[in-house]
Amino acid sequence: MKPAAFDYFAPKSVEEALSLLAEHGYDAKPLAGGQSLVPTMNFRLAQPAVLVDLNGIDDLFFVRETSDGLRIGAMTRQHTVERSPLVQRRAPLIHETMPYIAHPQIRNRGTFGGSLAHADPASELPVLAVILNARMRVQSSRGERWVDAKDFYLGLFATDLQPDELLVEIAIPDLPAHSGWAFDEVARRHGDYAMAGAAATVTLAEDGSIAAARLVYLSVGDYPTEAVRAETALAGEQPTPAAIRAAAETAAAQDIDPSGDIHASAGYRRHLAKVLAERVLSRAVERAKEK
Amino acid sequence: MDFPITLTVNSMSYTRSVEPRLLLSDFLRHELGLTGTHVGCEHGVCGACTVLLDGAPVRSCLLFAVQANGRQVTTVEGLATGPQPEQMHPLQTGFWEAHGLQCGYCTPGILMSIVPFLAENPDPSEAEIREALSGNLCRCTGYQKIVEAVQVGARLMREQSG
Repeated sequence: MKPAAFDYFAPKSVEEALSLLAEHGYDAKPLAGGQSLVPTMNFRLAQPAVLVDLNGIDDLFFVRETSDGLRIGAMTRQHTVERSPLVQRRAPLIHETMPYIAHPQIRNRGTFGGSLAHADPASELPVLAVILNARMRVQSSRGERWVDAKDFYLGLFATDLQPDELLVEIAIPDLPAHSGWAFDEVARRHGDYAMAGAAATVTLAEDGSIAAARLVYLSVGDYPTEAVRAETALAGEQPTPAAIRAAAETAAAQDIDPSGDIHASAGYRRHLAKVLAERVLSRAVERAKEK
Repeated sequence: MDFPITLTVNSMSYTRSVEPRLLLSDFLRHELGLTGTHVGCEHGVCGACTVLLDGAPVRSCLLFAVQANGRQVTTVEGLATGPQPEQMHPLQTGFWEAHGLQCGYCTPGILMSIVPFLAENPDPSEAEIREALSGNLCRCTGYQKIVEAVQVGARLMREQSG
């Protein structure tokens, strides 16, 4: 079917956009890439009375590096992030993950911040934000605040954003020295929503043991799911295949509670979680050793 | 609330007044009569609606026509230089020679996805072609002849560019 009617505004500045959101509140939705919002409008699952199109706000499109990491404007196209030499150099985990996001046709319009704010449990970028300790810069006509990624995801398609707020920028700190990273996901067709996916980062100590390990999943819960027991089990251990396999089993058995749906059963998601954990942890360890 | 928009489609300028909720796919088909762009799912997964926006392949079912104001759109109708067989785009010739379509419903979306792919990757492997096709669904062919059509079209394009 076709979308319901709405009032349309195309502000040229963040200030103008925030003023529109403040005026219209729950009646308004911001339009970023539209690759998630417009499908819901086409099916009338969403019927916002007002659409605030952010695509004309040039100030929200950027990739910059700082002394301690990257700053990415919320409207930066996923394609731009994918091809950015800055991202490849300073956030190689993001660079590795971008081609897994849907298809090039989607990434040409989809935005970095739009995906983060939409919080689809099957999406990749929220998992990266959590594992990289990203910080979200949120603005409204009432002021500005920063939210840590781990505090940003509250539930199914639910973030900390209030109806009058916009995510405008994301700060991505560098990984510590001697860190490796990896991402992988399993989908029936390249670009489909993944049945399960995992990101890992591993930081090694001087003696080669694991100083810190992080493991975060997509598609096994309502929002990015951190495998805390697995991470704890790895801390201080030598990164042997046996240790990694044990952590992967712990993650799949104890750290997640996946649901079944038409795409995958709970049991299959759990199985994928174990396989993916082993893969990404192993690859992260290999890369950490190269650093 | 009607919005005036002016956009270029296949190098021709059009000015129209549209409701904001009118999708670009429906604008192209119903307002401009360019029915080569097909509508398959209206949620971005099938790829039948793919067009070029300022040269980049996008889902026209996920854009509102008002968002194309001031932009350049290329549809499948913009590929051939004329109605004669020898005026087809070499990729279209590839589809003709390799029998790359049956019902043809997915074909325009595939052509508009593959033209920019070949511009960046003029001599792709089969695996690369299959990955490039992964954003377009075909119910008829099983994709084998589509892959061959892309290979033929790519070869013709390489030969033409010398």
